[in-house]
Amino acid sequence: MLNQKKYTFSILLLFLAVVLTGLLNISLGSVSIPISEVTSSLLGFEVEKETWRYIVLNYRLPKAITAIITGSGLAVSGLLMQTLFRNPLAGPYVLGLSSGASLGVAIVFMGASVFGASFAATLLSKWSLVIASSLGSLLVLFAVILASIRLRDTMAILIIGLMFASLTAAIVSVLAYFSPASQLQQYVFWSYGSLGDLSWDEVMILSLFWIVGLLISIGSIKNLNSLLLGEQYARSLGTNIKRNRFAIIIATSLLAGSITAFAGPIAFVGLAVPHLIRQIIPSANHITLVPAVIFGGAILMLLCDIIAQLPGSEFSLPINAITSIIGAPVVIWLLVRKRKFNF
Amino acid sequence: MHTNNSNSVLKTDNLSIGYRKKSKAQIIASGINIEVNAGELVAVIGVNGAGKSTLLKTLSGIAQSIDGQVFIDSDKLEKIEADNLSKHISLVLTEQMISKNLSVLELVALGRQPYTNWIGSLTKNDLKKIMHSIRLVNIEEIKNKKCHELSDGQFQKVLIARALAQDTSMIILDEPTTHLDLYHKAYVLKLLQKLSKETGKAILFASHEINLALQLCDKLVILKDDKALFGTPADLINDNALDDLFPENLIQFDKKTSSFKIK
Repeated sequence: MLNQKKYTFSILLLFLAVVLTGLLNISLGSVSIPISEVTSSLLGFEVEKETWRYIVLNYRLPKAITAIITGSGLAVSGLLMQTLFRNPLAGPYVLGLSSGASLGVAIVFMGASVFGASFAATLLSKWSLVIASSLGSLLVLFAVILASIRLRDTMAILIIGLMFASLTAAIVSVLAYFSPASQLQQYVFWSYGSLGDLSWDEVMILSLFWIVGLLISIGSIKNLNSLLLGEQYARSLGTNIKRNRFAIIIATSLLAGSITAFAGPIAFVGLAVPHLIRQIIPSANHITLVPAVIFGGAILMLLCDIIAQLPGSEFSLPINAITSIIGAPVVIWLLVRKRKFNF
Repeated sequence: MHTNNSNSVLKTDNLSIGYRKKSKAQIIASGINIEVNAGELVAVIGVNGAGKSTLLKTLSGIAQSIDGQVFIDSDKLEKIEADNLSKHISLVLTEQMISKNLSVLELVALGRQPYTNWIGSLTKNDLKKIMHSIRLVNIEEIKNKKCHELSDGQFQKVLIARALAQDTSMIILDEPTTHLDLYHKAYVLKLLQKLSKETGKAILFASHEINLALQLCDKLVILKDDKALFGTPADLINDNALDDLFPENLIQFDKKTSSFKIK
């Protein structure tokens, strides 16, 4: 708002950090490729080995782009939720979106055994998972929107989101109880999250949702700022509360729903990144916070992915575990250090 | 009362206030005829539950009236669009969950929202209005502080500066002196009096500070027994309007000193 120029520099630095961590992410992996060869393959120049070019362009680059989309999308939806619910502990998870997605996936995995083995094979394709988790998120989304039309109180919507989360978690555990071990294992693997399984087509579809979600978020910046004063003040400043709330919920669902569908339920990024950014940029203005959080989320996710793939080794750890291992201590550290969350 | 005063900023015509439960209307007060002119400071007085908040909510368009009319700058309140109303009335509310991570400047600047573009960027004119409001309430030294660093009295001044920056003909404040000590209660009300005279804005506030309001306000609205009495402090005292405001077993109005005393 006023110290805007001061923060432009920080945002530029964050952008530069995204480019650097992106390059680092692409250049590290189980096969070691010299960084000059990585840039050559990215820029379309002559590369020493054709397999290097293939690995970079068809495996590492889509994975890095997925990491950027996942991190920035989840972080922005976290910021939107924290401002909308005026709750520093809100994230894309509070609306129950990922619980809905988990339910959809759990029904596909564990319900597949009911229909017999031959049918299970077609049911367990990548796309049926994406469709199931999107349907699950949408189901919860519609319930939340219905609630938001009926209820004036934003806090009530938050509680309804939490109720949906525990309801779907309960249904998932009932399904798990009656499922054979092999199906249960597949579900567990999905819930670990994964950035690397996306083809270019899938990356394109995911980025379409991402762009629309981000555009709605950017369009809501002014109204998000007025929400910092509370709903009554926002209304007295001419903000259409219901339309604004609707736009924010749609943006969050598009972002969190599509990301969960393609990359699995990834925890903590949505909650932790807005708080980390507030440590670097002490502004409450969303004109600064939204771009900073986009870049911050991308950086965190790229770093987590670098750690997850354990450079130089053939192992790779589940991405969801890494984000939680980094995210949880960060939130604890913030709580202990500041004693009080400001949002 | 003047019916066609050109300085009239807010006027009500036989207004009834209350709330609707399903289709049944529950009336709290009716037959309210008040008029607030430019440059006037007016207090709404009444015991707890008399309908002060409901009256302010109805006048600022948050709650619907049961019957009668409200005119803002001689337009019917119900005909004014929400985003246009924000250029007529600004509010100072109590007990709101305001993000204390905002700096004083950022909070005051939010008052310019009705005038800024789609992304909320401030023009030179906006900045001028913001700095002018900050100077008017005398908070220049704390303008770069975060709101969680401020005392209750300072924060109240910041909220008033935000309302000033909104550049409306009318400011409505809901109990602006709660949580403040006696000095700051007097300071804030005195500031409101000064602002109404210097800026020519109409300022209406609800308060329990009857003794201070009697001394500082141009007019008072007294909500009592489902009705509203309206007039200058002197007229209201002459009409014995204050005598039975409270149950008489504890507090009594003393005409000589124009203040309430414990019996």
